[in-house]
Amino acid sequence: MTTANQAAIERYRNNFLKEVEANVEEGHMVKMCMQCGVCAGSCPLGPHWTHSPQKIFMMIRAGKRDEVLGSDSMFMCTSCYNCMVRCPRQLPITHIMHGLANYAHRLGLAPKGQPTRDFATLFWNNLSKKGRVNELMLTLQHYFRNGLVAGIKEAMAMQGIGLGMFKAKRINPMEIFGGHGVKDLKGFHAIIAKAKEIEDRKKGFTA
Amino acid sequence: MTASIATNQTILVVGGGISGMTAALEAAECGKQVILVEKTPVLGGRTARLYRYFPKMCHPTCGLEINLRRIKQNRNIRLMTMTEVVSATGSRGNYSVTLKVAPRFVNENCTACGKCAEAVSAEVANPWNYGLDKMKAAYLPHNMAHPQRYVIDPSIVGTPEGEKAKAACPVGAVDLEMKEETVTLQVGVLVWATGWRPYDAAKIQPYGYGRFKNVITSLEFERLADPHGPTGGKILRPSDGKEAKNVAFIQCAGSRDENHLRHCSRICCMASLKQTQYVREAFGDEGKSTVYYIDIRAIDRFEDFYQNVQKDATVSFVKSKVARIAENAENGNPILHGVNTEGYQRYAVEHDLVVLAVGMEPEITGVKLPDDVILDSSNFIEGSKDQGMFGAGAAASPLDVNRAVQSATAASLRAIQVIRKTASTEAV
Repeated sequence: MTTANQAAIERYRNNFLKEVEANVEEGHMVKMCMQCGVCAGSCPLGPHWTHSPQKIFMMIRAGKRDEVLGSDSMFMCTSCYNCMVRCPRQLPITHIMHGLANYAHRLGLAPKGQPTRDFATLFWNNLSKKGRVNELMLTLQHYFRNGLVAGIKEAMAMQGIGLGMFKAKRINPMEIFGGHGVKDLKGFHAIIAKAKEIEDRKKGFTA
Repeated sequence: MTASIATNQTILVVGGGISGMTAALEAAECGKQVILVEKTPVLGGRTARLYRYFPKMCHPTCGLEINLRRIKQNRNIRLMTMTEVVSATGSRGNYSVTLKVAPRFVNENCTACGKCAEAVSAEVANPWNYGLDKMKAAYLPHNMAHPQRYVIDPSIVGTPEGEKAKAACPVGAVDLEMKEETVTLQVGVLVWATGWRPYDAAKIQPYGYGRFKNVITSLEFERLADPHGPTGGKILRPSDGKEAKNVAFIQCAGSRDENHLRHCSRICCMASLKQTQYVREAFGDEGKSTVYYIDIRAIDRFEDFYQNVQKDATVSFVKSKVARIAENAENGNPILHGVNTEGYQRYAVEHDLVVLAVGMEPEITGVKLPDDVILDSSNFIEGSKDQGMFGAGAAASPLDVNRAVQSATAASLRAIQVIRKTASTEAV
């Protein structure tokens, strides 16, 4: 992973905007931003992250590579599309934010221990195993991410909801033994592997 | 009536605002025959509805007055009010134009005594105050109205109210039998001085125009500041009539926005800078204006005006496009939400009144013009393929009064050139 990062640094030198344009989804639209700030003001999660979208776009143009790719902002995007609807230049802000998150993740520069990123990873690993989400395991893994004691505390705090979901048959305790999956598990894994291969090739990452 | 005087050496000017008046006058004073067509009952257009001009802060009454006098004195201009162009066919030097003349219900006998307005009690929304108040259904549009003739609103024709107006008229000027007329003219050139209209602010959903009473447009603010306006020149906010001492101006409301108007309307920055001085004029040091902007575009030579406003302690500037407006339910104050991009501070600020500096949309947007007319991507008129039709003033580009007059003079010169060419070909 670090090699991909070094290759990118080597290739684009000091032109981070060009790097973003070439490698990030909708990256060519970044330069259209006119810094009006309407996206920052429209973001419902705005106060909870380090850099607002228009700040990220300016940082890209200023060549602040480490700060942008190490930012937690892209991982806080909930895809509400408020910014995209209001942007006077019609920048696909949501798509760019996800594109940046993906690029930072692939380069291994995304922030460690960022909760939404951790959860997304957990979710993907859980899902890609059997083609179906194992809710029970996902919940448990999420609760116990910070160790046994913290996990028990969190599970106790949430037990009301857990029991409710159990009664409504939204969670099955039997899932602890591996859970359900898609019928053609082999085929499913082949599809995922192929998709990854295509994406790697498109984005210039050798597997 | 006027049909007989029109020939292919006649210039038809469409629109009687400052641009149309200028284009008509410049050509007429060169000895050309001009027909000036205006949709509303009076000349003056949007200029007559301004309180002051920038940068000299003088009143439009002055400049319009001079132009109106020139028009009254000039025999080469035929004025047709309440008239719209239905179609224009033909080519350069030889157009056939069909006009629709709406009934005024008042004939030339009118002496503007105002007895019909006294007699009538029905009221209609007042378009000259952008609907902020109501006027009698028998009315003189405004004090500077030319022609100085009353108008009977079609809504009271055929009702007892209309009969009251007729009975009150001492000179028999009220004619309720008037019908819509269609007139066809032959003309040589058309000058489209159709002007602009404010962009519909209600379409800018997050700003709540139409939902929140204390969010108004810059044009409505002009009327509030004008002594002839609905509040007699006092800056009172619509919700409760309280003095609006803390006013926010939001720039680019609809302009420079791919979702609304693509172009920069050019005048709005200067208009808001000018309007901050209305607040100062009304409340002195107690007044407070805040301008929310993307970047201030004090066009052309007006940078010094901007610098002087910057020195004014009652005016502050926030570099930010406001994200949305909410309303404080208790006092009706609009609350502005956004991020100040100079330092990236998040704000939620209450003001007494919010003025949206709305953009200029060509008045002809949505109107079918002759196929020959060339429009740009924002519907401003660039000209025509055979160069026999021209755009003038705000119909051609978003312009302030000063530049609209320049544009109209240029269009007039081009029109005169076409007429001269037509005349010389005919002589051969």
